[in-house]
Amino acid sequence: MGVRKAKHGGILTFIFSLISILWVCPIVIVLINSFKKKSFISNEPFSIPTGKVFVGLDNYINGIEKIDFFSAFFNSLFITVGSVFVIVLCTSMCGWYITRVKNKFTSSIYYLCVFSMIVPFQMVMFTLSKIADMLKLDNPLGIILVYLGFGAGLAVFMFCGFVKSIPLEIEEAAMIDGCTPIQTYFQIVLPVLKPTCITVAILQAMWIWNDYLLPYLVLDLKKYKTIPIAIQYLKGGYGSVDMGAMMAMLILAIIPIVIFYLCCQKYIIEGVIAGAVKG
Amino acid sequence: MEKSIKKYFPIFALPTLIAFTIGFIIPFVLGVYLSFCNFTTINDAKFIGIDNYTKIFTDETFVHALWYTALFTVVSVITINVIAFAIAMLLTKGIKGTNIFRTVFFMPNLIGGIVLGYIWQLILNGVLLYFERTLTFSATYGFWGLIVLMNWQQIGYMMIIYIAGIQNVPGELIEAAKIDGATSGQILRKVTIPMVMPSITICSFLTLTNSFKLFDQNLALTAGAPSNKSQMLALNIYDTFYGRVGWEGVGQAKAVVFFIMVAIIAVIQLGATRQKEVQQ
Repeated sequence: MGVRKAKHGGILTFIFSLISILWVCPIVIVLINSFKKKSFISNEPFSIPTGKVFVGLDNYINGIEKIDFFSAFFNSLFITVGSVFVIVLCTSMCGWYITRVKNKFTSSIYYLCVFSMIVPFQMVMFTLSKIADMLKLDNPLGIILVYLGFGAGLAVFMFCGFVKSIPLEIEEAAMIDGCTPIQTYFQIVLPVLKPTCITVAILQAMWIWNDYLLPYLVLDLKKYKTIPIAIQYLKGGYGSVDMGAMMAMLILAIIPIVIFYLCCQKYIIEGVIAGAVKG
Repeated sequence: MEKSIKKYFPIFALPTLIAFTIGFIIPFVLGVYLSFCNFTTINDAKFIGIDNYTKIFTDETFVHALWYTALFTVVSVITINVIAFAIAMLLTKGIKGTNIFRTVFFMPNLIGGIVLGYIWQLILNGVLLYFERTLTFSATYGFWGLIVLMNWQQIGYMMIIYIAGIQNVPGELIEAAKIDGATSGQILRKVTIPMVMPSITICSFLTLTNSFKLFDQNLALTAGAPSNKSQMLALNIYDTFYGRVGWEGVGQAKAVVFFIMVAIIAVIQLGATRQKEVQQ
């Protein structure tokens, strides 16, 4: 499809520019407030900090100390990267296996995975947190297994959908030439699956990085917090809310996401589209 | 070939299956069983039949949360999809700056629910300050606050899907309709919308389930205030579990009812919009 010429291009560009500015306003307002003295934030959130109201980086230093932001950041990073890696590796292998080996057992796994996608987390939250406790999965390494289990449904479903479209002949040729199934998988199948791997990785990363309730119920909170948990603690754990620290921590929570987004924008948008078509 | 792959079951499928069993199958089955029990932890469960289920609908907070969630879901699904579709239509006309606008609109989607909740708490409380009110003044403020928040978060995501759908409509089809003398309103209704029906199916499905299952945003924005009046179903279930002693069984029963509702809605919705899809 060629680019259609717009009739009112100039006016539309102008209107959309205004809406775009409005769209980022909430974040800018939080950014401005993060430099204000905490007692002025709730009373006059839309004013520019000047003179006495401006406190520089005090809120940031204060907030980082209060919730130990960097340890929360590294927990979030470790859990997200670890889980995404494990999910992509394990579920792509599983998806390939259950598509290529056809029997009642594998097709029942497939339907269980589809079924699990519509089950809301509240349905399993209590039992899952107790089981995770019993099996000592209440640490960043253990929670990766929990994420693999709870995230497997969507991932296996998507990989199965893609594996079905790969012609069988390539794999057969590799096997006849003497490849073991493991070699066939890593040298032939996985490279072909790469676009789906990226899609699954993006969708899972967006979910796990921002997830609040699952890590809140599973992790041993005295030792490990993720960023959403740390931010929620800022409200719950200290009586009245320190608005200054809150604003600063919101900004610190947003910055890594924005950087990640601007670097991988192409993949994220393609991932979202591909995920929607398969879903 | 199938036979030689089959031998590798422990390497290919077993890790995922073990995790899936621990992370989903066992908690799900146990959850269904516990909904018929009186318990505080898993080990002291006593079977009591359907008592938990009869208690649910005498619990006023649940009934209120159910209506609140239903209304919220309807309003947010309509607003998000209509606005996202309109923006997608305008951004496929090839105006200057389309890529920048798309980038900006999509960005809020990557921010997590808890962070979003606190961002909008600040903004909305700031606006309401001029009227000497706060978000927690009444559940109506919490309701519209959540609608604004969800729109800000989800429009970008749905817009991306709609743009992909609209770009897939063959240009000849639109040209042909124009030559036949169709007005732009007619083209939209008779050509574009039927052709992007798959996108409409998936977007309405996503917004429907996202809104119905909403938890983080609800917790961060109002946490149910005032007096649980702005509480949605997911938060109500959470509260029943961890906020009231001796109600764990009822909480689990509520969760089962919640799951069944999500499943029914998903099936009906997919069935209804899939019917309208046309073959390309």
